[in-house]
Amino acid sequence: MTLRVSLYRILLYSLLLIFSIFFLLPIYVMFTTSFKSLAEVGQSSMWALPLKLSFEAYVLAGSRLAHGLMNSLMLTIPATMISSLVGSINGYCLSKWKFKGSNLLFTLVLFGMFIPYQSVLIPLVNFFRQIGFYNSIAGLAAVHIVYGIPITTLIFRNYYATVPDELIEAGRIDGAGLLKTYWYVFLPISLPSFVVVAIWQFTNIWNEFLFAVSLTNAPSTQPVTVALQNLSGSMISQWNTQMAGAVIASMPTLMVYILLGRYFVSGLLAGSVKG
Amino acid sequence: MKYSKKDRVTSVLLLLPSFILVLLFVYGFIFFSTYISMTDWRGLIPSYKFVGLNQYSQLFQHPRFKVDLFNTGLFTLIFLAANLFLGLWLAVMLDRKLRGEIFFRNLFLFPMSVSFVATGTIWVWIFNPTSGLNIIFSALGFDTKNWGWITDPRMALYCVCIGAIWQMAGFTMAQYLAGLRGISDDIREAARIDGANEAQIFGHILLPQLWPITVGAVVILGHISLKIFDLVFVMTQGGPARSTDMPGIFMFETTFRNDFFARGAAIGIVMLVMVAILIVPYLIYSRRMD
Repeated sequence: MTLRVSLYRILLYSLLLIFSIFFLLPIYVMFTTSFKSLAEVGQSSMWALPLKLSFEAYVLAGSRLAHGLMNSLMLTIPATMISSLVGSINGYCLSKWKFKGSNLLFTLVLFGMFIPYQSVLIPLVNFFRQIGFYNSIAGLAAVHIVYGIPITTLIFRNYYATVPDELIEAGRIDGAGLLKTYWYVFLPISLPSFVVVAIWQFTNIWNEFLFAVSLTNAPSTQPVTVALQNLSGSMISQWNTQMAGAVIASMPTLMVYILLGRYFVSGLLAGSVKG
Repeated sequence: MKYSKKDRVTSVLLLLPSFILVLLFVYGFIFFSTYISMTDWRGLIPSYKFVGLNQYSQLFQHPRFKVDLFNTGLFTLIFLAANLFLGLWLAVMLDRKLRGEIFFRNLFLFPMSVSFVATGTIWVWIFNPTSGLNIIFSALGFDTKNWGWITDPRMALYCVCIGAIWQMAGFTMAQYLAGLRGISDDIREAARIDGANEAQIFGHILLPQLWPITVGAVVILGHISLKIFDLVFVMTQGGPARSTDMPGIFMFETTFRNDFFARGAAIGIVMLVMVAILIVPYLIYSRRMD
């Protein structure tokens, strides 16, 4: 029996190991290639570790992506903060202060989470050109806040639904209304949800490409995803620079994942509609 | 619970800005896109001459769009099947209370935190015939002269699929793992006492209990694959010979490179309808369950 069990375990771990290789392979490629000099990005040693650590690719990619990185930071941080706050208030009202039609309202808002953005893109670009939001970081941030309303509202609503209604009742006995109860009771216990939503929004806005490429057209406003795509397009077969660029562009979200991974998973699960 | 009138008004007022924004940016713009798709707007200067469903009938006769629909269908099928299979398999393995579970779970999930643009760059390297996989296969003694991978119209779509599966398999795994953890051990124990073997427990107890998760995953993954854009745009731009072209790519090029806004809008609306067929029944169903 023990022998069978341990054989089974060996098989299990071997399988997991094979899958791990599949999942690690692209990361191995990305890092090893990024530390090679252009001379070393030769045919036969493609998969080998770099003979000599070279940072030339990082210097080149870094200078090409610097603008994009700054733009992405200036876009992502405010948009994430505002979007979390909006989601929290919406979620609170929709779960604890329901009114006639509020459930229907929520379903209508939720639909916005799934639409292909291609179906709103042309009017959006036109509208932004007219109001002067086209090709601006603030405009792009506004887009992410608005289209982030469904998911942030959903996550907060599902979280507040688990908070007992008695807290509202208790607040009312003390004479606190909707706003006071939110401020003194709900906001202080919302930290876990804020972390989940903030990570979710940060990752999505940082990584987003379609809005970014459609609503900006100059290096001074383009986020890092667009800058990386331009870099790869202009440096074909300079693999070391492309990979260094991929590392630089992915670092912020990867760091967030490594440091706060378990909240990332909760966001992922909260994102499923039932909650 | 009864609220004071003041609180009810406050609640509505707080929700109003968000609702108006969604009304405009989602429903208003969808409506406006639909309208543009029924005009003859081609060129930088807007033209709103009404031409009915002309753009749609042209679109559905357009060879490129036919190819796109086929590609999306095939891509979605492979993407869904592989993700569900791989996700469930990984979840079942990780549910065995093994050492290093957290490590494996994090490893399988981290691709979700990286952009399609960054991972696309890496996959291009891997599937490029003069770098990547061919070098390994040559070293193993294969004749890789004709292995074009991403440059071969017969293989390119599968290469893009692998990139997409790598990115999303962890998501499906996390969903299934949460589902498996939600099934109490007592049920499995009871089945074991009744003489059920592990395969029977899996097939007759776990799988049916995981059904809602499967439905949810199909909806989420399905809508991602129907509107896929970034990964394809970075890896192949729809080539070679349109073998990886998708409606999302067609829409982007038609609209922003050829200024054919009416057709671009029509493609966008067709994409919306495809996604809505998947999403709306699910939304209604899951809201009703609440």
